[in-house]
Amino acid sequence: MSEEVVQRPEIYREPLSQKQFGIVEKPLSVFERIYDLSWLRKLFVLVVIAALWESYARWLDNELLVPTFSATVDALIDVAVSGVIFTRAAMSLKVLLMGFSIGVLVAALLTIFAINTRIGNDFLETMTAMFNPLPAIALLPLALIWFGLGSASLVFVLVHSVLWAVALNTHAGFRAVSTTHRMVGQNYGLHGLSFVGKILIPAAFPSILAGLKIGWAFAWRTLIAAELVFGTTSGQGGLGWFIFEAKNQLNIPEVFAGLLSIILIGLFVENVVFRLIEAKTVRRWGMQS
Amino acid sequence: MTHEATPLVEVCGVTLQYKTREHLVTATYRVDFNVHRSDRFVLLGPSGCGKSTLLKAIGGYLRPTEGDIRLKGVPVTGPGPDRMMVFQEFDQLLPWKTVLENVMFPLVTSRKYRPRQARDKAYDLIAKVNLSKFADSYPHTLSGGMKQRVAIARGMAMEPDVLLMDEPFAALDALTRVRMQDELLSLWDETRFTVIFVTHSIPEAVKIGTRILLLTPHPGQVKAELNSVPRGPGDSAATAALTAKIHTMLFADEIEERTDV
Repeated sequence: MSEEVVQRPEIYREPLSQKQFGIVEKPLSVFERIYDLSWLRKLFVLVVIAALWESYARWLDNELLVPTFSATVDALIDVAVSGVIFTRAAMSLKVLLMGFSIGVLVAALLTIFAINTRIGNDFLETMTAMFNPLPAIALLPLALIWFGLGSASLVFVLVHSVLWAVALNTHAGFRAVSTTHRMVGQNYGLHGLSFVGKILIPAAFPSILAGLKIGWAFAWRTLIAAELVFGTTSGQGGLGWFIFEAKNQLNIPEVFAGLLSIILIGLFVENVVFRLIEAKTVRRWGMQS
Repeated sequence: MTHEATPLVEVCGVTLQYKTREHLVTATYRVDFNVHRSDRFVLLGPSGCGKSTLLKAIGGYLRPTEGDIRLKGVPVTGPGPDRMMVFQEFDQLLPWKTVLENVMFPLVTSRKYRPRQARDKAYDLIAKVNLSKFADSYPHTLSGGMKQRVAIARGMAMEPDVLLMDEPFAALDALTRVRMQDELLSLWDETRFTVIFVTHSIPEAVKIGTRILLLTPHPGQVKAELNSVPRGPGDSAATAALTAKIHTMLFADEIEERTDV
């Protein structure tokens, strides 16, 4: 059997100029356009959860166990109008920011030390291995003895909760910076701190940001737990103390209102603050999709 | 002027070694060559001849175990902006900076220019590599060839003593590569910068280089240092002859094999 090659003619075509067919597009349907909005989808999830909560609480009909969503919102509005919740939240946030920023600062110093010297590297690795698994709240009794009642003890445990998570992520990020980027930086004659600031930090920004998020969450949890367990540590008390007080008075809707405001602050920080930073940095640079 | 007499880059008896986990690898053994001002000096050889390692040593990223490398008579001790490097990798641009900022950045950090002058200079070079439209784009939105053009613009904006290019077009498709080679040559016609160019492609070496250093592999040793054919019309016979000559010299002791461009 011999295979015959069929001779086919060559084909030439003249492509149409763009003017001849115009722009090709098809409008999206209304539903598609609405479904595209991420905040709307999230809002939908929240509404469903609120509806489930409301119906379960009504069915249970026991305000001491689970108050309804509407009762919680009422309580939240009450404490918002009287301003109590704001002063408590401000109190918590003040301590939180103090602890968070000191923690981040110390983490930055430790990591820069670790990236530049071998002993610094060993020091950071050993310290994170030792202290990262240790719950920060476990240090609070000790902190109370060292620093007494007051925000100093709280700041101490907050620093502990933030420091190791941030340092671990930042260090891992620094080590993952591509050799090409490092060589480019050296080529420009950068070294020491300018190398860290101009090459390593932006190049490792996705991991640093992840570390900051984790650190933030750890700090927030630690703070509320500390206020709940050792309620009176800081003279006026924050949100944790607010919840503790409300529980003692069996004012359960107010307990839920306290919890809700913690959640709201968390949502705000995650979806607005960090989202904004991401949009301005790693997303814009194409380092994260 | 004594400048014309002394070479710009002197590489004297350079042996380069690096450690892997198990071995001490000798990348090059006693390599000598001189690069003069306005040379388009090509390091050519098969993979494993230590040409990239040699270029990194000139860049100052590693120290020779034997011999020395001098730039304008001064020994090279570390990386610096007087020898700008263009890498093969597309990720050499800093992703957190736009095209313009990427080109400006070394100009400003090396304190060569004030920010405003640096901006003008950078615009100038970006226009030269035909990327003016993309000056404010971030690198991840560019194609591979465009990224390499930015890297070349960045290297040239610094007006380094010598531009080091480590297989800059190797990762590009064949059509883009030819265009980039032509662009590089026309840029050279304008400013006559000195460039050391690493490649494993014989046709590229013949096209780009004025002078070609042939290296043999394991470890890299100098086999020959040739003059390339002058550019111009009607030299295709000379080009083909030189290509064939280099091919026989490099693969003399090997079985005939075909290589792509």
